[in-house]
Amino acid sequence: MHRFANPARFLQLARPLTAATLLLGLALTAAGLWWGAFHAPPDYLQGESVRIMYLHVPTAWISMGSYLGLGITGIVILVWKHPLAEVALEALAPVGAVFAGVCLLTGSIWGRPTWGTWWVWDGRLTSMLVLFFLFLGVVALAGAFDERSRGARAAAVLAIVGLINLPIIKFSVEWWNTLHQSASITLRGSSIHPDMLHPLLTSAVGLGLLMAAAVLMRMRAIIAEQRIAARRARLAGDAA
Amino acid sequence: MNALPFVIAAYAAAAIGIGGVLAWSWLSMRRAEKAADALRGERR
Repeated sequence: MHRFANPARFLQLARPLTAATLLLGLALTAAGLWWGAFHAPPDYLQGESVRIMYLHVPTAWISMGSYLGLGITGIVILVWKHPLAEVALEALAPVGAVFAGVCLLTGSIWGRPTWGTWWVWDGRLTSMLVLFFLFLGVVALAGAFDERSRGARAAAVLAIVGLINLPIIKFSVEWWNTLHQSASITLRGSSIHPDMLHPLLTSAVGLGLLMAAAVLMRMRAIIAEQRIAARRARLAGDAA
Repeated sequence: MNALPFVIAAYAAAAIGIGGVLAWSWLSMRRAEKAADALRGERR
């Protein structure tokens, strides 16, 4: 693991991976959403609004998964003080915030025709909103210090503390009386008909790859920015 | 209630959000890597 944590070695791996994840992600997302929007049947209760699920559910999974990644990255920063983990944290947080924001927005748009309301302060929706704010908090803390490493360490603490919100999101529909439905897909199986499940999983894999592509691109940008800053400092030192 | 405008709005919001973050990531990567390469050339 430490072998790939070297920025030069990481870049060797990241360059081909960026193109692969981006292209495959675009293709699978387009295929999954097309399938869900035009070929999957409408739901017997939700009607046509079920088509929003092909976006809403994957973005919920991806934002929770990326927050878990953020927490693990935070632990790596504090325990092993790895510079590449700092880059990963800085790259992951804004992308995760966008996916969580899209999840909240699409859920709200789905709620209006289905529940008759844009928003309710129930356990699932509120804990998901907290997740969105946690992402924003990590972004804000990481950028709040002149010294990049100090910002990353402060953001790492928040990322780790925020991990407590993940089981709250997951079990909120069981712990509290909520408008949000309970999980249709668990480790034991799925209650969704295959005609709907297959496009859902296709768009989930596609959007997951797009998330990975965005994080890789952000990481490459941050590494290049760090190299520019280091080189400028060296040039200024040589000139003095 | 006709759900179609809501479906279109959700897909548009996702396209703007996810397309926007991809475009921002790609542009910032291109700009930073180009600047880093240019600075390396300057040094030589």
